[in-house]
Amino acid sequence: MGYSQFLNMIPEAFLVLALILVFFADFSLMKSERKNAVLSKLTGALLICLMLLTTTVSPAQAFGGMYISSQAANVMKMILTLGTLIVVIMAQPWLEGGSQIVNSKSSSSKYSGEFYLLVLSTLLGMFIMMSSGHFLLFFLGLETASVPMACLVAFDKWKRNSAEGAAKYILTATFSSGVMLYGLSFLYGGVGTLYFDDVAQRIAYFAQYKSQLPLLIMGLVFFFSGLGFKLSLVPFHFWTADTYQGAPTPVTGYLSVVSKGAAAFALMVILVKAFGPLTQYWEYLLYIVIVLSITIANLFAIRQSELKRFMAFSSISQAGYIMLAVIGSAQVGMTALMYYVLIYVVANMAVFTVISTVEQNNGGTTQMSSYDGLYQTNPKLAFLMTLALFSLAGIPPFAGMFSKFFVFMAAAQQGSFWAYFVVFIALVNTVVSLYYYLLIVKAMYIKQTDSPLPTFTTAGSTRLALAVCTAGIVLFGICSCIYDYLFAASATL
Amino acid sequence: MSILSLFVVIPALMLLGLWLAKNLSQVRGVMVAGASCLLALSVWLTIYFVQQRAAGNTDVMLLTASTPWFKPLNIAYSVGVDGISVVMLLLSSIIVFTGTFASWQLKPMTKEYFLWFTLLSTGVYGFFICTDMFTMFMFYEVALIPMYLLIGVWGSGNKEYAAMKLTLMLMGGSALLILGILGIYYFSGATTMNVNEIAAMHNIPVETQKIFFPFIFIGFGVLGALFPFHTWSPDGHASAPTAVSMLHAGVLMKLGGYGCFRVAMYLLPDAANELAWIFLILTTISVVYGAFSACVQTDLKYINAYSSVSHCGLVLFALLMMTKTSCTGAILQMLSHGLMTALFFALIGMIYGRTHTRDIRYLDGLMKIMPFLAVGYVVAGLANLGLPGFSGFIAEMTIFVGSFENADTFHRVATIIACTSIVVTAVYILRVVGKILYGEVKNPHYLELTDATWDERVAVICLIACVAGLGLFPLWASNVISDAVGPILANII
Repeated sequence: MGYSQFLNMIPEAFLVLALILVFFADFSLMKSERKNAVLSKLTGALLICLMLLTTTVSPAQAFGGMYISSQAANVMKMILTLGTLIVVIMAQPWLEGGSQIVNSKSSSSKYSGEFYLLVLSTLLGMFIMMSSGHFLLFFLGLETASVPMACLVAFDKWKRNSAEGAAKYILTATFSSGVMLYGLSFLYGGVGTLYFDDVAQRIAYFAQYKSQLPLLIMGLVFFFSGLGFKLSLVPFHFWTADTYQGAPTPVTGYLSVVSKGAAAFALMVILVKAFGPLTQYWEYLLYIVIVLSITIANLFAIRQSELKRFMAFSSISQAGYIMLAVIGSAQVGMTALMYYVLIYVVANMAVFTVISTVEQNNGGTTQMSSYDGLYQTNPKLAFLMTLALFSLAGIPPFAGMFSKFFVFMAAAQQGSFWAYFVVFIALVNTVVSLYYYLLIVKAMYIKQTDSPLPTFTTAGSTRLALAVCTAGIVLFGICSCIYDYLFAASATL
Repeated sequence: MSILSLFVVIPALMLLGLWLAKNLSQVRGVMVAGASCLLALSVWLTIYFVQQRAAGNTDVMLLTASTPWFKPLNIAYSVGVDGISVVMLLLSSIIVFTGTFASWQLKPMTKEYFLWFTLLSTGVYGFFICTDMFTMFMFYEVALIPMYLLIGVWGSGNKEYAAMKLTLMLMGGSALLILGILGIYYFSGATTMNVNEIAAMHNIPVETQKIFFPFIFIGFGVLGALFPFHTWSPDGHASAPTAVSMLHAGVLMKLGGYGCFRVAMYLLPDAANELAWIFLILTTISVVYGAFSACVQTDLKYINAYSSVSHCGLVLFALLMMTKTSCTGAILQMLSHGLMTALFFALIGMIYGRTHTRDIRYLDGLMKIMPFLAVGYVVAGLANLGLPGFSGFIAEMTIFVGSFENADTFHRVATIIACTSIVVTAVYILRVVGKILYGEVKNPHYLELTDATWDERVAVICLIACVAGLGLFPLWASNVISDAVGPILANII
């Protein structure tokens, strides 16, 4: 084995270096007052470098096809890095100001170094997921991504909710990993290899002669369920609401956006690449899961009064919409999926940034009632929240409408009656989702209250995060160049 | 860039100007400047269009231009106008211009109000200039969503309920539209979303057309107050602030009729022929039912809203009759109804602003107190019941003559039933006029009320001039319209 092969893994290598750098910076700034500010800027700068780096990497393979760095994978990495960058920026006030919420002994600020380290290591895991060409490497990446994630969820460990959420998360994560491994063992037993390309070839061969099929389909179903947990698709969604509510708000954002995005990318890549010949079998599985996810999550979301739980159900239904893209053909579907995730990243992060800010200025509660009359006292914040919610609901001219329309297009391209039926159900659900997103808008603009949240000034980093997100919400839709870029990249899948 | 794009660029600049405006007079300045520019532009466009036609230019669409937008999906920003869009643009500009003056005194949050108001008009203009299905749909939704905030924040009465009902029903309609658009796009096998090009291909199988026609027709029909999907309209109109009612009844409801004609009937002609009878029955019910409902209402705005259901029903009714005369009448009716309903709602708003009630049981003798407004009201009423000399007569006459051209019993019976609405209209109009304008002043407080201010007079005089102008010189308009109706009908028959 030539060590030069590691040179093909430039983004991952850079990320490892960044981890080490942040670790030493944390170490040497242990006593400094400015530790958090420096670390946050350092991590942000490193992530920006990483984003630029992913655009320059040329396609390559390493370790006999275990690691594949295609253009599509790099674009996915870039989107994930963008999400992480926004999380890092918007988390800063929370890390610094944790002491204002609870007593100073249990402040998060003294652990801020760990926050950045954990975030970067989950990102590393996701990078490996994106680039893997082999099921075992993929599994390694998945575990690297989920174990530190549990620590992040438990970051405010003195809060009962946070610890509870983390326990739920880690239990579900290990369980789903187990299920997935079980599925992989069936698959290995059936085809005798775990390389995506070889698996696809052999499945095609077996599918042709209808042999081994039950074993392969079992493998597929278990694998799908395992990833379904990560994506929190119905019926694998039970951990979501509690974990989202318990986790610190920036971590919830990270969980709902970056982690979910990575799982969605991985699921699409593997379904199309490795399980492509079994399309006729997973198609209906997918239809059922999509319809259930969108409908059930929407119905639950209507009744939530706690905003983070609300966003949990909203994100389950968004995951259903993301999966619609998988129905279509590879290139249009992949583009629609990446585009959807990209826009979901900015819109959802904008919402979580606002939630986090309001939470810090409102004694740590995230009840929807604390948004009553927000427009009277904090008009700009409320306005940006409105834009983000409109984007999530798919209202033009904001980017969300474009991404929703494109996943519908991708799904309808499949052309069968059932594909149109699923699209129809999803469309009906957009109206339901509009209803509950409008509930927040209504609270902010219309509801009269005697004691609205007093006017407060937002931290510079919050503003920066909101500016980035809003720019994305407004521009990503109208500027078609981004779509074209993604389309070109997804040809290399 | 085509000059038509100015119709979108000017409102966009207005949005920017409003965003930067610091005080009330700057906000008003931006609005008046922008609305005047748009009015001038649309007048110029009308004159240019008539000249071009007179000079023998027989292209279906003039001023066409197309810029690829999302190329892989064949989505383009393509614009172009025919006679129908020209008169609709003219109508929109008049309503936006007068609506600005009608909301001159509006408080609070004037700036935000005009921001959403302008966003709404951007959508309306964009919808009328575009010929690409996706872009049309995008602008259609842009026009819908500001209604939620405009009614919810600045409305009166049961505004939260009305705003939510309206938004959800209209968005439900647009959800049906997406499915219809996808169906048309994929089943026509087109490599474009341009309406004219798809219509020219004319290759969607009849069976498929019959599936998607109801989706599109109902989708647009919801906005055109098609029975039984009209229930948002009375509540919405009654709760909306004056200018929003004007814009909504005057222009927004026309989007429905325009869309039914331009997309549903033009692109799915065979299905239109086969299924028209179902929708004819529904629209006949709309026409008669709306008129009778208006007779028993006591709230001025409800009376007008039901009257709008009746008159907009007549638009769809005439379109489905599918003769050249009746379709020309339908477009004339859109124009005429837009102008006189706007006048009506403007006057109701002004009366309500003084008396603080819209209940006809408590209003009497207004002619003595506010003669200008009262005379305006009489004019609007007479136009509404179709007195010769005003626009209503021209439109309804054309519609009924055109409808009767169909030789078969079914169409003729439907026409006769719809004709009865004229009588009923006279009943409710004269009842209101007699009750609120004449007689003694029973409430002594009313004696202290004042007549219209200058900004109100501008709005009222403009609209009366237009209503009378169209009534006295209808030929130019009907020529422009019937020119455009021809090619679309040629596709259907």
